[in-house]
Amino acid sequence: MAEKLLMDLVTPYRKVLSVEVDEITATGSLGEFGVLPGHAPFLTSLKIGELSYRHGGITDHLALNWGYFEVEDDKVTILVETAELADEIDLVRARAALTRAEEAMRKLLPEDKEFRKYELALERALIRVQVAAKAARK
Amino acid sequence: MANLKSIKKRIVSVKSTRQITKAMKMVSAAKLRRAQDNVVAARPYARKLREVMERLAQSQESDPHPLMVRREISPRALIVLVTSDRGLCGGFNANISKATERFIKEHRDDYSAFTITTIGRKGFDFLKNRQKIEKNYVGVISKPTYQAAALIAQEVIQGFIAEEYDDVFLFYNAFRSVMSQDITCEQLLPISAPESNEEVENGVEYIYEPTKGELLGELLPKSIEVAIFKAMLESVASEHGARMTAMDSASKNATEMIGKLTLIYNRARQAAITTELTEIISGAESING
Repeated sequence: MAEKLLMDLVTPYRKVLSVEVDEITATGSLGEFGVLPGHAPFLTSLKIGELSYRHGGITDHLALNWGYFEVEDDKVTILVETAELADEIDLVRARAALTRAEEAMRKLLPEDKEFRKYELALERALIRVQVAAKAARK
Repeated sequence: MANLKSIKKRIVSVKSTRQITKAMKMVSAAKLRRAQDNVVAARPYARKLREVMERLAQSQESDPHPLMVRREISPRALIVLVTSDRGLCGGFNANISKATERFIKEHRDDYSAFTITTIGRKGFDFLKNRQKIEKNYVGVISKPTYQAAALIAQEVIQGFIAEEYDDVFLFYNAFRSVMSQDITCEQLLPISAPESNEEVENGVEYIYEPTKGELLGELLPKSIEVAIFKAMLESVASEHGARMTAMDSASKNATEMIGKLTLIYNRARQAAITTELTEIISGAESING
């Protein structure tokens, strides 16, 4: 059995990552899950959330939008619409987006059409801030 | 002499045209490289998505997803045509638009009605007086984004679900090389289950989260988005390639024309000098004589 996972992360714009990792944690549509080498074949959809992977002694974080996660034979394929590496995130901008979404939501009722849009925006901003903060702490 | 002057003017004007076509060629070359990179970068995503789809479709459950249903009675077709917003790129837009018209003519018996959605202004201009055009997206093609493609895809899907049309085709120029584009027609909807070339997995059960059906339901619309996005990227790369070739030959033609005009100009100049000389000599002779 291989002791590493080969992780490929692709978006429509580019192949973001292709690295060997020891462990992956991601947010699936049914909740957070972890994957170690030797995992059974597995396919799930991802929510807006955080992905972290450990390689060597280092853990890196990413903010993901909607996507898919597949494991087969210690090969992990992650298809996402957007992926931001922690150090790519502009924390100031992310915070501004967060406040903007919060304010917009305060004015709207949950029945409004716009509400869902801002709810998603808020979620994305929240994850981005969270991920960026983790990177800054290192 | 008036004639000399007018030739000179022509030469100058052709020269400035050549300057423009040359500059446009350079711009297209630079843009082409970027567009080409984008096409290459988008490929892994499309390929992986297809792999996942194959795996899901392989073990399909009983009732097919609405986007995979084939409706038989008096089908109507929607054609999504991808062209460019700007011209001056040779036969790029005309070829694909004509191919679309030809397709409509050939399939007149198979479908009761055709509607067209165009992406890019040129295709719209070409077809607006001849065919029924439902929608036209201008300004998205010059800088294709995934968001724009997703928006178009969602509208196409909505129309399909509402049974406004039963088959959807996508026409675009696929990028083969700088010199050549392939006119491509793809059937977008209904989605036919991809044929998998893999042998059935040797008893390894996949874990699906949430259920297989739900995953497929999310995945199918995505695959339409990706198909449109890919078509847009390919089309943009093709457009720049076509423009580059067109501008290159335009520059060559201009150079040739300048050569010809210069020759005519020099001949006319020489003829003028000769007549002048003859006049002077004959004048001098008449004084001496």
